[in-house]
Amino acid sequence: MKKFLSLFYIFLVLAFIYVPILVLIVYSFTGSVIIGNWTGFSFELYAKLFTEERIRNMIISTVLLAVGAGILSTILGTMGAIGIYYSKGKFGKIIKGSSSISVINAEIVTGISLALVFSLITFGKTYFSLIIGHMVLCTPFVVLSVTPKLKQMDSSLYEAALDLGASPTKALFKVVIPEILPGIFSGFMLAITLSLDDYIITVFTKPETFDTISTYVYNAVKNQAKSELPALRALSAVIFLIMVIVVVIMNIRANKKVAKEAR
Amino acid sequence: MNTQDKVIGREKLIAEKAPKKSLFAFSRKQLGIPYGVFLALFVILPLFLILYYAFTSKTGSFTFANFIDFFSNPTSVSNLFLSLLIAFVTTALCLLIAYPVAYILSKMKAKRGTVLLLLFIMPMWINFVLRALAMKEVMTLMGIFAKDDFFNFFNTIVGMVYDFLPFMIMPLYTTLIKTDKSLLEASYDLGATKAQTFRKITLPLSVPGIISGAMMVFLPSMSAYVISDTFGNGKITIIGKLIEEQFGTGANWNAGSAIAIVMLIVMFVTMLLTGGFKNETNVRGTAL
Repeated sequence: MKKFLSLFYIFLVLAFIYVPILVLIVYSFTGSVIIGNWTGFSFELYAKLFTEERIRNMIISTVLLAVGAGILSTILGTMGAIGIYYSKGKFGKIIKGSSSISVINAEIVTGISLALVFSLITFGKTYFSLIIGHMVLCTPFVVLSVTPKLKQMDSSLYEAALDLGASPTKALFKVVIPEILPGIFSGFMLAITLSLDDYIITVFTKPETFDTISTYVYNAVKNQAKSELPALRALSAVIFLIMVIVVVIMNIRANKKVAKEAR
Repeated sequence: MNTQDKVIGREKLIAEKAPKKSLFAFSRKQLGIPYGVFLALFVILPLFLILYYAFTSKTGSFTFANFIDFFSNPTSVSNLFLSLLIAFVTTALCLLIAYPVAYILSKMKAKRGTVLLLLFIMPMWINFVLRALAMKEVMTLMGIFAKDDFFNFFNTIVGMVYDFLPFMIMPLYTTLIKTDKSLLEASYDLGATKAQTFRKITLPLSVPGIISGAMMVFLPSMSAYVISDTFGNGKITIIGKLIEEQFGTGANWNAGSAIAIVMLIVMFVTMLLTGGFKNETNVRGTAL
């Protein structure tokens, strides 16, 4: 009975989370403007994702921005994490402290502070400021996911490589990087999801005509642009599908790894 | 003589090796320099700029007027309190909903627990504006969207809880799963009931998770104006929105910076009171 109750509770909360998403998905298969008004099955909304230029552009820009910011943040953050970890002095502490400031800081404050900086240096809001903004958002999290792997690493490995005649650079790429690769990878994934999900920093750093999914959807909702909303249902459905596929693949790979280690 | 030679030879060897060694130690440290410069330019300098703008007038002279204006304006002060109220209610509701979830999941068999956990945090990977839109559509369908003042407030809370719930479940689960089972067994052996064991052992041990979860919800919910705009039918203004307005339509950067400082102080006090964010690894699913 108790077990049933707890499972029922879990089910209830999951319903709260997933019912809205599922309603959206169901109504992505009809051309109707309003949800709740089924006007027959069609793929019309899905076609719009490819045929309507504005929608297609904002999807492509969102993905490009996320991948670009993700790669740059991962490189900068991995270097930063290694630098922080191996400098025991003040320098490392100061960087670590400043890095956690941008983790804790409210997004809106980060957003306006970047707007202030970019108004000062006369570039204004460009793709440069946008990429920098997303890097400010993502890089500290890369550092946070790489650092534990550095702690776990056997420090004598690097020294052994040097003793065996490897140059520091070679030792770094052949020994340190492979050891911390899982941390780098999860940092990269985290950076991408943070960038994809961001609204506030994007809005304060983006060029006027540029739109990501977040800014596009928010504008459509705010301006009551009813004609733009239906296609977004199809977009949600596609994102949901991609997410499920990624999670399933990740799970299968993790299970395989566990099975391998158990053998 | 012979031994002295040896010593000198050794010293020579050390001397030859030493610079090489210090060089590599230096080169690893050096990797942190680009990030250090990046942080100085785009995190520290910007914060000083906010400070500068907050304490100057539009003409650039030193003034407290931005703060005085904010606190003497009843609307902004009531919006500040509304913002705190929304953040508090959202955090409390998230905790009430998430704690049982995390507790039940942590008691399950490891594999089942992690799969279910994944179901709970998966929505974090769907764009939050799209998720908010989904919830809004469902509310419209149910006929509770933009009905009256109460529903504007209520819907905003629901929207916030919907957005932030995964952020509460994650840290709670990671703390609860780490609870030392032998402590629970000891408690049962000594004759404690399940309720007593929960109150005296599980709950106190999960306090760090509660705190970091609460921080993950409370602080961001003050700047989540996308949610309050979407669900509040334009009637709910939170402090994040006030700042945004000063940088957008209002275009008074000095006033906006002053509000940002007020917000930073609120955040700082909250963290001081709770000792939050000691456990950084819980932030945004980094622990996964």
